Amino acid sequence: MSTDLQFERPLLELRAKIDELKKFTEEKGIDFSEEVEKLEDKAQELEKTIYGELKPMQRVQMSKHAGRPTTLDYIRGLTTEFIELHGDRNFRDDPALVGGIGRIAGLPVTILGHQKGRNTKENVFRNWGSAYPEGYRKAMRLMKQAEKFGRPVVCLIDTAGAYPGAAAEERGQAEAIATNLITMAGLRVPIVCVVTGEGGSGGALGLGIGDRVYMLENAYYSVISPEGAAAILLRDASQAARAADLLKLTSNDLLEFGIIDDIIKEPLGGAHRDPDNVIAGVKQVVSNTVVELSKIPVDTLLQMRYDKYRSMGHFTETTIE
Amino acid sequence: MLKEIFNKKNRYATLSSSDLAARREMIPEGIMTKCKNCGELLLTKELEKNLKVCPQCGYHFPFSAPERLTLTLDEGSFVEYDATMASLNPLQNPDYMQKVEKSQAASGLQEAIVTGEGTISGNPVVIGVMDARFILGSMGSVVGEKITRAVERAIDKRWPVVLFCASGGARMQEGIFSLMQMAKTSAAFNRLSEAGLLYISVLTNPTTGGVSASFAMQGDFNIAEPGAYIAFAGARVIEQTIREKLPDDFQSAEFLVKHGMLDKVVPRKELTQMLASLLDLHKEARLGVN
Repeated sequence: MSTDLQFERPLLELRAKIDELKKFTEEKGIDFSEEVEKLEDKAQELEKTIYGELKPMQRVQMSKHAGRPTTLDYIRGLTTEFIELHGDRNFRDDPALVGGIGRIAGLPVTILGHQKGRNTKENVFRNWGSAYPEGYRKAMRLMKQAEKFGRPVVCLIDTAGAYPGAAAEERGQAEAIATNLITMAGLRVPIVCVVTGEGGSGGALGLGIGDRVYMLENAYYSVISPEGAAAILLRDASQAARAADLLKLTSNDLLEFGIIDDIIKEPLGGAHRDPDNVIAGVKQVVSNTVVELSKIPVDTLLQMRYDKYRSMGHFTETTIE
Repeated sequence: MLKEIFNKKNRYATLSSSDLAARREMIPEGIMTKCKNCGELLLTKELEKNLKVCPQCGYHFPFSAPERLTLTLDEGSFVEYDATMASLNPLQNPDYMQKVEKSQAASGLQEAIVTGEGTISGNPVVIGVMDARFILGSMGSVVGEKITRAVERAIDKRWPVVLFCASGGARMQEGIFSLMQMAKTSAAFNRLSEAGLLYISVLTNPTTGGVSASFAMQGDFNIAEPGAYIAFAGARVIEQTIREKLPDDFQSAEFLVKHGMLDKVVPRKELTQMLASLLDLHKEARLGVN
């Protein structure tokens, strides 16, 4: 499989060998069960060493894996009665950012997210999950609609970044994201965000201001891609792995920093190994949070949201007598 | 013989590098400045008198925060906020503190923004001025916190906010904390807006990345200096990743006005008067508002 990640190849090769031996046993009637058992022990050990201590760059690779559930997969799993809605009422419908209404835990919600494709054809249509300004403006329209009807908003974040193209600049990518940020900061309904894969800079934050922000275990969230940081900070684009270490972009780092509220576990080897399991995990967290936040008076909620972001940052002051 | 025809001898006089150095010393340092746009050699004194705008082509040279405050505020009216706030190194980035110290020494500033209060033609304002000399005016925790505090003070005083942006975007050395300053400042400006107070954003050269995608574009009025480079993604990034050919005036202030992204381009010479007019127009009691 071409979607395998380099660092997990030894394990996958071993697994293939075990399968081969098993098949051999069945077909030829020669008993290899002892060897199979030995190899399976070895595979389990290897699994622990490979996945037990994933390096930041390995998590970044995993977060981009084509087999991970996409936003529409999550939406199908999370909601009932989902109705997708299109367009920013201004320019066009952006397929890289999807949204609509549905029910979660029996409550009507508006749900939004960056949408990637599974293959090249889909990715061309979805622009690899990198939205244009009209995508962010569609999100804004649907969030204002949610506010009007008192529905919580759920945002699923999975983008390498907002699209850096000429047409996107012309139509005001900066303005579109800036407007989303100021709108989300004051939106009078609960907002729950989940970084499901890539949390790429301003394009992620454009759907990322919420009362609760969760991250999947192998997702990343960063001000710049490791490749970009390597080129600028280390002046060497090939040093992406080192840049990924420096950026502190993993779910563990961000939980420790207090930037996110919790981590949603993934199966060993990543979300793509057992999508249903991951979707169920996200469903549980999002459902509980939506129900919990819906009980908080909106002014209290807004104060809490303000205080949450107000406290982010590190600086020093000397007081002059 | 034929070879000699091709072996042309140098016919011009040569100066050794020590001669050159000696000659250079005869010209006092910085007496002339070359315009980065039209190449014209300008008397530095004249250029400064002209508010650092090239008299030939109108190119706006970078303006420092102290220069901007002097030009914008009524004389003696400025009171600085949070003057001692300085960066920490939340990601333990090995080169970061050194970079900060170097910028502090070179600019004489504590950080990439100066905030405070003062008056513009008698109108009280809370003001912030970014300075692109300080790690490209990038926004880390200090810039975010100083802006947020300034906006909170404006809400308490019920004063308008004027913010001069000059920034390469989020400060990468502070990683996710710098990204979150976009959220923090946006939350503050949302409160200012909900309090019905005026915010004028002045985009100067350059205003890009995370700053353009947050408070720079959240003004009730977003105005820019001529020729200011204003972008979300840099032109180099776009050309490299997308392989698109970009028009010449791409991402200039004038380009953004043409595409409906800014209210106005205002030359530096007229900027203070424009701010005074906008402040005046918002001073009086409004209809339907008590």
